Amino acid sequence: MSSTDLDAYAREHGLERVGARPPFTEYVAELWRRRAFAFTMARYKVQASMSDNRLGMGWIVLKPILNAALFGLIFGVIMPSDSRPENFIPFLVSGVFIFEYFSKSFGSGARAIIGNSSLVRSLSFPRMLLPISSVLQQVVELVPMLIVMGAILLFFGEPLTWGWLMIVPIMALMTLFNLGVALISARLTVHMRDVTQFIPLITRVLFYSSGIFYSLELVLKDDPELLRLAQLNPVHDYIALVRGYMVEGNVVSPLIWWVATGAAFVTFAIGVVYFWRAEERYGRD
Amino acid sequence: MTDAGSSVTINKNRPTVVVDDVHVNYKTFASGKAAANNRQLLRRQRGVRIVHALKGVTFTAYEGESIGVVGHNGSGKSTLMRAIAGLHTPSKGSVYASARPALLGVNAALIPDLSGARNVIIGSLALGHTPAEAREAYEEIVEFSGLEEFIDLPMKTYSSGMAARLRFSIAVSRDHQILLVDEALAVGDKEFKAKSEQRIRELRQQAGSVFLVSHSMRSILDTCSRVIWIDHGNLKMDGDPDEVVAAYQASKN
Repeated sequence: MSSTDLDAYAREHGLERVGARPPFTEYVAELWRRRAFAFTMARYKVQASMSDNRLGMGWIVLKPILNAALFGLIFGVIMPSDSRPENFIPFLVSGVFIFEYFSKSFGSGARAIIGNSSLVRSLSFPRMLLPISSVLQQVVELVPMLIVMGAILLFFGEPLTWGWLMIVPIMALMTLFNLGVALISARLTVHMRDVTQFIPLITRVLFYSSGIFYSLELVLKDDPELLRLAQLNPVHDYIALVRGYMVEGNVVSPLIWWVATGAAFVTFAIGVVYFWRAEERYGRD
Repeated sequence: MTDAGSSVTINKNRPTVVVDDVHVNYKTFASGKAAANNRQLLRRQRGVRIVHALKGVTFTAYEGESIGVVGHNGSGKSTLMRAIAGLHTPSKGSVYASARPALLGVNAALIPDLSGARNVIIGSLALGHTPAEAREAYEEIVEFSGLEEFIDLPMKTYSSGMAARLRFSIAVSRDHQILLVDEALAVGDKEFKAKSEQRIRELRQQAGSVFLVSHSMRSILDTCSRVIWIDHGNLKMDGDPDEVVAAYQASKN
């Protein structure tokens, strides 16, 4: 039988091509049906990563606290300058904690496929569940981090206001953004392992340019053009929003809301489509 | 032993798997001489070498067949299984199937950091069970694997035999229309082997197709109704188990 005959023969008997990338809507429906897999895996991974260390859950919050303490020591005590606002500690802590959520989603998203290769090679399921699960894992860890962050802010004299509730929609937007970034980086690392080498560098560049231990708004107050450009960085905007509602003396401009919202939906949409288009490729090499 | 693996009949049954001129290329990272051969001007990738693992394999599997796949190491048997399972898209040709084939391989643990128990749940969910079904299947899977004692230990502490048993038990917890077993039987002990072969026959009777890759000709002759011999990426022979196995063994000497 020639090739075309076999093709017709297979279709006549209702056989379908194996491994074909399903149409987008079908793919999303399948993702939804298997959502328990992503949730369960995220939960187990959090627990497993905790049980290896003696301090367990403590590390989730201890790491950013130590980071913040280090930056506080260097930039608040050793080299103070007027680029930093009055209530520097709440300012710094909110910056470091929120940035941590981004950098962990980025890093674990990038490893979602290549780091689970034996799973990808032995079972077939929509691969998008893996990067989604890796971001869900970060969401689970975000909760204790936010609680500790709130406690630190209160301890250093920030007033508790209704504005604090805005953390929920802000984090929802940021999660969409992080998912998009994780999906894009998950596919990129499959094509080119080399990308993983750049991730710490990109993270560091973003860390320094997002105004975490200094105020972009103060540094660039004489250069509104450049400030606007710096505010197009979504990572900075999520941090700025959190500070705007939780740390006194920080004002949120409409531009920041626009960028934060737009970047969330656009990055997420691009990430989903970009990842889905390579569905047949994952686990091949 | 029953006479499950005896004769080949001219099959008028419904086809379950159609493998249509499948070619598979692997891109691997090589070093030394192999690496120097493949340097393209525009897309220079250091040390990348293309391995042509399957060179146009064609056959059709029917309901109720259990097909043994034999061949030397590196002949492309496992690649064929991965192509049928849809885990490796052919570079040319296609595979058609009546249901999603499930592959049972000898890869390392699913998620090495998690306990066997949690891998059972994750594996069942990935196979498409609902959480309720996964909990229901759990006892059965653990019992089948015979690893009750070790089920709470991380899978990275398992021996390869234990890991393979657990994976096999997870995979056969569902009724698959098409099951691909890649060497997974070779690792268990005698008792487990018998149990697995029994389960494979059961699956076959439920109008499914089973593919079995093995270097143990005994396993093949005991369980298969048809044998395919893959040699250097080509389908060399396809037919009655006794004939194909005899020809294969003759070629080894």
